[in-house]
Amino acid sequence: MTPPAATPQGSVVLSADALGRLMPMFLICDAQGRIDALGPTMKKILGGEAALGALLTSHFTLRVAQTEEGDSPDRVAGTRRRLHLVLRARPEIVLRGSSVELGEGRVLINLTFGIHLAEAVRAFDLTETDFAASDMAIELLYMAEANVAVLGELGALTSRLEMARRTAEAQALSDPLTGLANRRGLDQAIDAEMAALAQGGSAFAVAHLDLDYFKQVNDTLGHAAGDHVLMIVAQRLTRELRRGDIVARTGGDEFLLLLRGGTDEAALRRLGERLIHRLEQPYTFEGKTCQISASIGIAVSLPIEETADHGQQTQRLMEAADRALYAAKRGGRGRCVMAGEIGAG
Amino acid sequence: MYGLINKSVQAFLRDNYGSALWAQVAHRAGIGVEGFEAMLRYDDSLTEHLIDAACAVLDRPRNALLEDIGAHLVTFDTVRRLLRFGGVDYCEFLFSLNELQDRGRMALGDLELPSLFLIRQCGGRFLFEVRGAICGWGAVTAGLLRAMADDYGALALIEDQELAGHGAERVQVLLLDPEFNTDRGFALTAPRSRGAA
Repeated sequence: MTPPAATPQGSVVLSADALGRLMPMFLICDAQGRIDALGPTMKKILGGEAALGALLTSHFTLRVAQTEEGDSPDRVAGTRRRLHLVLRARPEIVLRGSSVELGEGRVLINLTFGIHLAEAVRAFDLTETDFAASDMAIELLYMAEANVAVLGELGALTSRLEMARRTAEAQALSDPLTGLANRRGLDQAIDAEMAALAQGGSAFAVAHLDLDYFKQVNDTLGHAAGDHVLMIVAQRLTRELRRGDIVARTGGDEFLLLLRGGTDEAALRRLGERLIHRLEQPYTFEGKTCQISASIGIAVSLPIEETADHGQQTQRLMEAADRALYAAKRGGRGRCVMAGEIGAG
Repeated sequence: MYGLINKSVQAFLRDNYGSALWAQVAHRAGIGVEGFEAMLRYDDSLTEHLIDAACAVLDRPRNALLEDIGAHLVTFDTVRRLLRFGGVDYCEFLFSLNELQDRGRMALGDLELPSLFLIRQCGGRFLFEVRGAICGWGAVTAGLLRAMADDYGALALIEDQELAGHGAERVQVLLLDPEFNTDRGFALTAPRSRGAA
């Protein structure tokens, strides 16, 4: 290898080969704007030897801010700013670079892929050896890939945490035995309903349901039978109610129902009696049959002001349902009592 | 440190020995069977417990196990690809290892990879000094370098030389033939639809 000779003027003479090793994406154009020499990577991009002698403008369009002049090689040489050259064959790829005049109208242009690096690597099958050692291209590709990996892990982590959060939330609001809502779940639903009511939403009803003779099932057939009965009770209640209603198990054999389907007292009473009838159907557990009944107290929400204390209203409603339930129990069990009937609420 | 490192150990055990063995190791190390999250941070001592438990359950010496873990890392396409950015051939890759720690930081700001330092290179003989928070990174490195030699198709003898005292370990690579086998290949950009590693 002959070392580059420095001329007395301080300029450097380099062979095209040596220049290509330093700047694999260089181009030299002659005074007519024809490609005179080019680096190995540029040759790959422009389709090989055939690029030699071709007009620069047959391969590139010059992207400039002001367009009072055309895409002339003079213009390419004249600018001291960054050049942006769009590949005619692949307009999605824009090369960036700068140019210097070599004298006698010849221009040296050095180019690089800016943000279109990954597309270009794919489009022209480029490898590490196609880039100058001083080029940051490989680091950029490495970074992009590392970034995808890290973001992928973070994304997966986020969705796992979200799943865990939802599971925890569902568990915290439901009764593990029956899968019904628990007291907290029901309280949330009633709070929301009460807030909606204050905003002009529909009135609703709350039913307090207590199983009768359930203790005997536990005492005579054991807790497993009791659990089985509770699960069947949950199924029967859910089936009898409308989709928007909520059934919650709030104690051992105690249930609270949020009924959203209207506040007609006669209709609610019929619903309560139907529920009791359903729950009185026999239960079978390991070949043994048992029967229970239920008492229900129902209270209907009263119109409230937007500014009213929702908590207090909820408490009043629950107390009314409790009193109705107590009246039902006292009246001989297996009955449904409306809070309105006992003159309280 | 990042769960990423513990998760690699977990993946190694699960992939090679099955979920039941992993559950045994996790139990012994006092870790939930669900294991580690790559992007969460865990106490360094947990890594030691994990390795100790794995050695005990598998009845294998620590260094042999760590070497296998290092080699297993390369089976993850993401890891393999990120390492292959280091150089066109195995020799260039070996030189790039001086930058390993910094490259790790480039990917993940505070990732604590060990520092590798090429202290001597003569002909085909490369001597690395490995320093990391955990004793045994030298063995992990040796396993990883062995797997990467296979990946590049190079024939190399790799020796983990534990060094007493300094807290540093040494790994020697004897590169016999850089083109012994076919290179598994590496494209600078990964295919667009790539499954998770």
